[in-house]
Formats: sequence, C-alpha cells, structure tokens
Amino acid sequence: MSARARIAGALRRLDARLYQIAFLALLLGIGVLARDFSLQPEQVALTFAAGIATQRLWLRALGLSGVGVLSAVITCFGLSVLLRADSLWVHPLAAAACLSAKFVLRVHGKHLFNPTNLGVVLAVLLLPGAWVSAGQWGADLLIACWVVALGGVVANRARSFDMSAAFLAFYLGALGARVAWLGQDWSVFAHQLQSGALLVFAFFMISDPMTIPNRRAARMAYAAGVAALAYAWQYLFYAPNGPLWALFLCTPLVPLLDRIWPGERPAWRPAPPESPAGVGRGAVASQS
Amino acid sequence: MKRNFITLALASALAGGSATAQAFCGFYVGKADAGLFNEASKVVMVRDGERTVINMLNDYQGALTEFALVVPVPVVLQKEDVKTPQRAVFDRIDAYSAPRLAEYYDPNPCHPQYPRSMAAPAAAQKSMGRAIAEDRAEELGVRVEAQYTVGPYDIVMLSAEQSDGLETWLHENGYRIPAGASQALAPYIRQDMKFFVAKVNLEEHAKSGAQLLAPLQFAFRTEKFMLPIRLGMINARGPQDLVLWVLSKKGRVETSNYRTAKLPANVELPPYVKFDADHSFARFYKTMFDAQAKRENYRVVFTEYFWDMSWCDPCAANPLTAQELANLGVEGVRGDTRRGARVMLTRLHVRYTPETFPEDLVFQETADRRNWQTRYVLRHPAKFDLEDCPNREHAERYLEQLRRRQEKEAQTLATLTDWDVDAIRVKAITAPHAPDEAPQSIAPGAAPDSPFERLWRWLQGDGAKP
Repeated sequence: MSARARIAGALRRLDARLYQIAFLALLLGIGVLARDFSLQPEQVALTFAAGIATQRLWLRALGLSGVGVLSAVITCFGLSVLLRADSLWVHPLAAAACLSAKFVLRVHGKHLFNPTNLGVVLAVLLLPGAWVSAGQWGADLLIACWVVALGGVVANRARSFDMSAAFLAFYLGALGARVAWLGQDWSVFAHQLQSGALLVFAFFMISDPMTIPNRRAARMAYAAGVAALAYAWQYLFYAPNGPLWALFLCTPLVPLLDRIWPGERPAWRPAPPESPAGVGRGAVASQS
Repeated sequence: MKRNFITLALASALAGGSATAQAFCGFYVGKADAGLFNEASKVVMVRDGERTVINMLNDYQGALTEFALVVPVPVVLQKEDVKTPQRAVFDRIDAYSAPRLAEYYDPNPCHPQYPRSMAAPAAAQKSMGRAIAEDRAEELGVRVEAQYTVGPYDIVMLSAEQSDGLETWLHENGYRIPAGASQALAPYIRQDMKFFVAKVNLEEHAKSGAQLLAPLQFAFRTEKFMLPIRLGMINARGPQDLVLWVLSKKGRVETSNYRTAKLPANVELPPYVKFDADHSFARFYKTMFDAQAKRENYRVVFTEYFWDMSWCDPCAANPLTAQELANLGVEGVRGDTRRGARVMLTRLHVRYTPETFPEDLVFQETADRRNWQTRYVLRHPAKFDLEDCPNREHAERYLEQLRRRQEKEAQTLATLTDWDVDAIRVKAITAPHAPDEAPQSIAPGAAPDSPFERLWRWLQGDGAKP
C-alpha cells in the first residue's frame, strides 16, 4: 500500500468527532479572540468541567466501558459557542442537564435530543440571564468558515452530511424565494448566509447522527420539516434563532419517523472492515 | 476609601458626526433638488412585549415647505397613536447615556492619604390638500387609510398594492421621490406594511412658536421588533449615523441580523485630553468611533451604553424621571424612577452604508443585565517634591510605575484613534497640569460610592481594599 493510500485510509477511519472538535475549537477561538463574544473564560472552563464530569458519572453509573467523552466535548464546545449568560452558573448547569438527558431520554437505544440543542433551549427557557446572540458573527470571517466546514465534511464523508445538505437546501431555498418575492436585492440573501449560528446548526447540530431518523427518506422529510418551521419562526412570527427552536420542537418526531421507516442507524465512526458492519456501528452509536 | 472622580459627559452632537441635516429612518422627500441628504438619525424606541413606540428626533434645517417624511409601519396608525414628544427629553436621554470621562487623582506617595469624595457631573407648504383625489389613488392602487393633523404635522397613512403606484401617487401629490424609491418601497408593500407620510402644517407650526420641528412619536403593536433604515439610504451620500436608544424591561437589546459589538472602553487615557484642544475628549471619542467603524468596514452595530435606568455610576446626567419616560411612551412607571422602575436603556450607535446594511435592523432583547458604559479614565499623577519626600523609596517606586503607566496611556490613545504616538507623548509631557486639588463641588444627584468604583481603584493598586 502506498503512503498516500495509507494516509487516505487513516483519514477515512478517523472519528468524525475529532474533526468536529477541531472545527468548533477554531470557531470558539475566533469568536473569543477576534469577535466580541462577551463570553468569560470561566464560563468556558465551567462548561467543560461540568460537561465532562456529567458524562463520566453517567458512564460509571451505567457501567459503560469503551465510551469516551468526545461527544461531551463537542456538546461543551457547542454550548460555549452558542449560549450567552450574565452569570457563571448558567453554562455548567445547561451542560450537566443536557448531557444527563442524553442518558435518560432515550428511545429505541438512541438519545432523543441533540445535547447542544437541548442545553441551549433549556437554558434560554428556564434559566434567568441566558440568551443566544444570533448576530454575534461578523460577515467577512464566515465565508472562510463555510469553505472550511464544507471541505471538512466532504473530506470526512460523514454519513450524516446528507442531513446538513438537505436542511441547507430547504432553508436557504426558502430564504432565497423570500428575497425574490419581496423584490429585495440579492445582497440580502448573501447577508443572511453569513450567520455563524446557521453554520453551527447545519453542520454540528442537525447532522448529529444519533438524533436523526435512520432511513434516508425519513431524514429528507425531517430536514424539510425543520427548515419549514425554522423559516416560519423567523419570518412569519418574527422571532430570533428559528433553527434552534425548530429542531427542538421537531425532535420528538424522530422516533415516529423511525417507526414508520425503520432503518439502520448511522454512526460517528466508519465500521472497521473486519467486524460485521451493523454490530460495530451499533455499539459505538448507542453509547455516544 | 472614598471615590475621587469627575465625570465629563460628551456633548451629544458629536454622536451624529458632522451632521447638518439629521434624518429619520424614513426618507425626506424634497420638492426641489435641494441637496437633501441623510447624515444622522436619532431614534428612541420603547419595546414592551408587542407594544412598540418609536420617537424620531428631527433636526431638519431646510425650508419647512420642502419637508416631508415617509416611514413604513406595520399597521395603520390612528390619530391617537401619533404624538409629538418634547424635544428636551431627547437631550436628557442623550446626556444620561453619553460616553463619559471619569477622572481620578493619584494619592501623594509621600503622604499616603485617601482623597476626599467629590463628584461633579459636568456635564410642507400649506397643509396637505385635504381633498385627495380618491379615484386617482384607487387607480394607482394606493389607499388613504387615515388622514389627520398632529402638532405641526399633516399626516396621511397610505397602503399600496404596487410600488410604482405609490411612487406615482407621491409624485402627483407634490413629493419629489428620490430615484430608486420604487424599488426600495416594494419590499414593504409586499410585506403589507403601511406608509406614514408627514408634512409640515405651516399654520400649526407657526402657532406653536417653536423654532425647530417637533419630534414625532408613534405607537403600535407588532411582533416585529425592527427599525426600517433602508428607505433612508436612498438619498444618502456616504456612511450614515443612527443613534438609537431602546427602552425595554428585560435586558440589553442587540441586533439579531447584524453583529453588535461593544466599543473599546474602560481604558486609561493620558490626562491631557481634558485640557487639550486638538485631542479633547470629544475629538477623541469621535475619532475613535470613526476608526472603529472603519475597521469593522461599517458592518457592526456598536453598543455605547446599557444600564438599568434607575441609577448610573458615574452619572453623566441624572436618570430620566417618570414624567420624561412617559413622554417617550414608556407605560407603567410612577413616582421615583430611582426606586426600581425596571426600565433598561440600551444605546446603540451604528454607522452604515447601503452596501453593508442590506436589510433593515432586526432586534432581540437579551437576558443580559450586566450594566456597561463607554467610560474612559483619566488618572492625574500626584504632585510632590522628591527632595522633601519623607518616604523617598515609596515615591521613587511610584514614579517608575507612573512612567510605565503614562507610556501605556499614550499607546492606548494612539491605537484607538490612529493618532501619532510621538505627538501624544509630547502633548502628555507639555500639557498643562491638573489643578492641585480637585474641585470640591458636590453636585446634586451625584452617584453614591459604588463597590464597582472601589474595586476599580483597588485593581489600580492604590492599596485600599474594595
């Protein structure tokens, strides 16, 4: 095997979550250093401390071995990037709650809510002094981020990329249609693309392989539903952060869709060639 | 420990830059090709649930017969929804939230003592033809929904089916619409928005005896928390300024479709900016704002102030009274606003261009309650004679720290303004000194000594515990 083929093989086998962590860390770094994210370092530290501790406690309590904290790290990055608070206790509380929900709220061996999505929504709904700054991302930087995100996802051949693509196609299609219907300039559409929240949502939240329908057709229907609700939330009810709320509200439909269209669940990590495909994937998937 | 500082609030005028003709978020439509252009707008917005009140200050300086205003609004406004608030309240809210200087005096290192407390806040031709040809309006798809006079304004509420029809109607009724108006009007018509069109009723204006046009206020209920700015860009040349005050109940307000950033603040500047004409505080602030807006490519909404309206620290001016708040359309505040009125004031300042702000401003009220202000700190060095100093070692250490601090202050000023750092260093050395002792006046309404100020001093290392 040539060196190039070996590297390509190694990259393919790489856990998609490592790539996600690298990208989220980059986003957080840019946000804190180059953008006024109004995020305190203590908030980030407490998020990670609470998130990783919660994950470890649950793993020990349930006696799960061979499962790490990678997905908890992703959740903590997601919460740090999206959630804002005027106190120190909101972030760790949200992290602990949403990572616990991952082990408690399970249907057919899959956790129900995407932990980051649940954490953000719970914090904004229930905790005082918590909010999401939809406009915190500058315009110029994000073009670069789109390229990196797309390139990374394609290179990783993440199985749930179809989910990101379908959601973006439906949602951006609706935004484009609105701009055309209103007779606005296309710079408005370009401006709407430059939302970091949309980027994080499309590539790191809705594409979570653990919280999407198993069958591809169901995934497409689900993406369309989330996109439609997100659009309505934002442009018919004039409320901010449409995608976040739409995903939260649509999530309970996933078990229903899985019942109507049963299928094999996608995984974070491609199955090693020697193990029977379904078994290897299932073991990782059900515990992450 | 007691606090020792003066606040100098910035004169409000600089917020608008070099504004001569201030404009609304709607557009002026002139009857002559007079060079009408928008340079700055001042808007006070009240938002409580769906209840929305928009106050617009009008510094229009052209001929009154040529003044006209078009603002898209979500619903048809009736006469009782439209008012003319007092102009003075705009000055009050501006003064209260203005960028400020806080001034401190270093204690004499030879005779460590705590300074005495002092705080001194310095700190349309004849009436629109009533007989509007309704047939013609109908033909153009324009509907006159309501028509009334409020204060010095004749107001018409219009709805339209086609932007061309609306443009024609405005033309035929004596408004000269800027080129491109039709295209800018179209999105509002599609969203079924109405148009608030105002002209000056010269008779009413003369009766009021006022020199300047009264501000306009309109109240309505809508789930849309937004401010239309796109129309005002049609007849604009270059970047425009908008200073927007939002009075809300829950917390800080920010834009949800543009980045909101805080201006660099709470830094120490060389004390000479208090006395220097070229590098005065007002000039510093204006230059700093220019530089920051440019650095962000005119793509950012800046927060200049966010505070619970029941207090301030340091106070550039006293908080608004219940009466003043009511005048701006805030409901349910009675008695003393200093006793927990729970009115939050966010002051936003945006410099925008048609290219960098393609959409109207959309806002969201966050749960953020951390007070924040554009405050700049001057620290006057202590004056003493080293030869006569009984505590020489301590004094020498102080002088060493002072040199480092002065260099840092010069660098800060240079970075924020792009002024030449060498020029700053020269000015810092040659500038006249502060008075030996701080003035002793204590202004009514001076803010009480706050933990924040004590902590600040403590962090600055003057030895006292917070």
